[in-house]
This record gives sequence, structure tokens and C-alpha cells, in this order.
Amino acid sequence: MNAAALLLRYLAISLRGQLQYRASFLMAALGNLLNCLIELAGIWVLFDRFGNLSGWSFAEVAFFCGAVNATYAIGELMATGFDQFGTLYVKTGDFDRLLLRPRSTVLQLAGHELSLRRLGRLLPGLVIVVVAWGALDLPVEADRFALLAFAMAGGVAFFFALMVLQATMCFWTTESLELMNILTYGGVETASYPLPIYHRLFRRFFTFVVPLACIGYFPIVAVLGVDDPLGTSRMFQVAAPLAGFAFLGVAIGVWQLGVRRYTSTGS
Amino acid sequence: MKADIRPLVAVVSARYRTLLQYRAAAFAGFATQLFWGAIRLMILAAFFAAATEPQPMNLTQVVAYVWLGQALLGMLPWNVDADFRAQVRDGTVAYDLLRPLDLYSYWFGRTLAFRVAAPTLRGIPMVLFSMALLPLVGLGDWALTPPASAVAFAGFVAALVVAAMLATAVTLLAHISLLWTISGIGMDRILTVLVTIFSGLVVPLPLFPDWLQPFLNWQPFRGLADVPYRIYSGNIPPAEIAAELFFILVWTVALVVMGRLILLRGVRRMVVQGG
Repeated sequence: MNAAALLLRYLAISLRGQLQYRASFLMAALGNLLNCLIELAGIWVLFDRFGNLSGWSFAEVAFFCGAVNATYAIGELMATGFDQFGTLYVKTGDFDRLLLRPRSTVLQLAGHELSLRRLGRLLPGLVIVVVAWGALDLPVEADRFALLAFAMAGGVAFFFALMVLQATMCFWTTESLELMNILTYGGVETASYPLPIYHRLFRRFFTFVVPLACIGYFPIVAVLGVDDPLGTSRMFQVAAPLAGFAFLGVAIGVWQLGVRRYTSTGS
Repeated sequence: MKADIRPLVAVVSARYRTLLQYRAAAFAGFATQLFWGAIRLMILAAFFAAATEPQPMNLTQVVAYVWLGQALLGMLPWNVDADFRAQVRDGTVAYDLLRPLDLYSYWFGRTLAFRVAAPTLRGIPMVLFSMALLPLVGLGDWALTPPASAVAFAGFVAALVVAAMLATAVTLLAHISLLWTISGIGMDRILTVLVTIFSGLVVPLPLFPDWLQPFLNWQPFRGLADVPYRIYSGNIPPAEIAAELFFILVWTVALVVMGRLILLRGVRRMVVQGG
């Protein structure tokens, strides 16, 4: 069986398993949906009180918010195995079993679970983008769609990479630490607002170290067709999502180093 | 009466000491909350920068609100005790039914310790950092200011004590709901959402639209965060402190009664997972 077929087989099993707990799945999906809506409500409250955010309108900020939530949801959907790696595989020693199988660990962990409850964040994220698109009167053009899809693909790679890095840390700490939440949940929160409102150090960090803005703010500015107050060129904005894929490459490299260092807990 | 209290005190202190063991997790939590605080402040300050008319809170009060919220985050009933969730899932929760203690009081003690342990570990460094260190590195505008007055401080401490009780009562409702959804995720998430928005954690409640204020002023979750933080910064004047404390207390009693009734039903229909 080739890698893709195996992955699909894994995911099909995972889906069937989750549908056994239908009530729990629905509640969890609803919880995710409400979380996403709360974020939007928070933005709306502030706009209702203050009118504008240094020149950005509510619809524009909602667009940022919806796009990053949808992107994150897909990344999280695909990387659940890495997200829960410490608790499920390292602490228990079960990672040994994965290493014995003649397939790559990345493939096996990607196939661990296709976490359906993440749909609760994906759907409202997409709806927000569509509604904001209409409210902003953006032209319906293929190249805008393509750029948004490209940005989201880069974003999925980016968030997947964060989960891989989080799992890699478990080789040293055994338990997963919530430190990576800064970049995952914190990243979603950060990318829900336009980059120029943040302090210079934060802007640099999220562009050059952890390229969150490259898969969120920069390409979306191009999709919205506005000028970037930070003065970046269209060319840069359009190419920026590539940084997400590069980040994934680095993360997988670091993961391979971690695997080499792995010693079983032996239980 | 004395004999009845002792096991509960033991439960609280044993649980508290267990939870204090996770120092690395506490550090990670501290870093996370520092980051959240910084992001929230930058967002709110950017909005304030454009404000032309006076707002129900000034930026200094909002800064205090955000830092206190980050310092005391663990006290808010936004999550459930993972150990308790595991107990429900594997059926060992049945042992609790066998203990010669009132079940609700026993769980209340355990949960209170769970709610209070995290803030002592994370809260104190957070307050030190935001009050003392930030001005030293030239970020005085972003620092947590001292309480508005001695009365405000006393009121703040008293409010925290009742808020801890209220938070425990709310967390227990989530814990009890786990008896219904076996896999242990679901109901509690929805409660989390309500708590997050209506305690003021997302946006300080006074900044919500004016037409929502009458509703916001009567719902219980504001007692968890909004009331204590605003007493601290003087946004709630000293004359109103007593009434606010009474407000939190009434809701706490109401939620405890509700929790007891639901627990009674839950125990009657509980199916223990074997294995």
C-alpha cells in the first residue's frame, strides 16, 4: 500500500471511531464553533465602542480573523497525532511501536486521528471570510481566490509545523508543555488583528522567526487589495506564504533529530 | 461539627500540594500568560489610541484589568480538572461514592484546591513582573498600577475570596456534567465559552455596548473577574464594594444549590464504567 492510501485508511478508521461518540463530538464541535464566534464577538464589541482600529474597518479585521481560524482548524485537524504526542506516545512508551513499523513516523502520526470536532472552527471561519468578502465588496476574481487558497495552504503547513515542533519538545520533556500554545492559540489571536498595531519586536518575531504574518497578514493585505501601512510590496505579499512551507521543512528536520535522540520510557 | 470539617481540610491541602509539583508546567503557563497579556494590551491600546470621547474605563484601568486577568487566569472556571475527567472515564469515580463524606462537599474541597493552586504559582510572579519589572525596563505605561486605595485593596482581597468560591461552584457544575457525557468533553466546553466572554476575559465588560450593560450586570460570571479587577483599579468606587460582594455571594449560594440538585440526579442515574 502506498503512503497516501495508507494515510487515507488510517483516517477512515479514525472517522468511524469518532462517530461512535456522536453526542460528545457534536458538543465539542459546538464548543469550537462558539470559541470562534467569541473571538469575532470580542472584535465586534471593540469596534462598536471605538469605531475603528487605526484605519482598519470591522469587516477587514473580521476577514483576518476568519481566515486564520479556518487555516488553523485545518492544520489542527491534520496534526492531532502530534498535538497529543507527549501524553499518548512518549509518556507511555508507545512510540516504540511506531518506530518498529516500516513506515515514516510523520506519516503514522499524521494518520493518528482526523479530529472532526475541528470542523467547529473551520466552518465559521470560512463563513466569516465569505461574509466579510461580500461586505467589503471585493471583486470575485480567480486570482484573489488563488492567493487566499495559497495563503491558507502555507498557513496549514505553518500550523502543522508548530504541532510537529511541540511534539519534538516531548523527546526532551516527556510531557507536552503548553508553551507552544503561545504560538498556536496565541498565533490565532495575534493574526486576527492587522500586524501594524503590534510593537516592532513582535512584528519582526512573527515575520522572520515564526512566520505567522507571512501566511496571514501579508497575503491577506494583497487579497483585500489595500496598501500595507508597513510599506511591503505586492510581490513580497504574494510570495510570503512560501515561508510557511519552508517552516514545515525546518520543523520536520528538527523532528528527525529528536527521533534520533529518543529513549523509551520503557513502560 | 469540628470532626466533619477535618477530612475536607485534608482534601484541600493534599490536592493543593499535589498540584504544586508541576513547576515546569507552571513556567510554561507563566510565559503563555505573559504573551497573552502583551497581545491583549497592544490590541486594546490600539483601539484606545483612536478614541476621541471619554470611555467607561481609562487605559490605566484596562491595563490593570488585563494583568490581573492573566495573573488570576487559573482561578477562572474555564477548564475542568483533568484528573477528575479521567476518573469519570475509567470509572474510579465510584470510589468517591463510597467515602464517608458528603459527596458535594468533598468535591467542592478538591475543586477549590484545583482552582487556587494555579494562581499562587503563576499569579505572584505575574504580579511582580507586571508591577515591578515593567517600569524598570522603561515600559511603565504598560505596568500594573498599585490598587486605587487601601479600601480598594481590602475590597479586592475580599472579592477574590468570594470569587474563588463562585469559581469553584461553577467548575463543579462542569464536573458534574461529565457524569452525563462519558468521553468527558462537551458540556464543559460550552461552560468555558460562557465564562470566557461573560467574566470579562475577552473584553472588559464596561467596554461592551451600553444596551447590553443591564444584562451583563446581573449575570453571575462577572463576579469571577470583572468585579474584583474593577474594585482594584477604583473603577468600582469603595461605596459600592459591599453590594458587589453580596452579589457574588448570592450567586455562589444559588449555584451551589443548583449543583447539589443536579448531582443528586446524576448519582441516581450514574452507570459506572467497568474494566
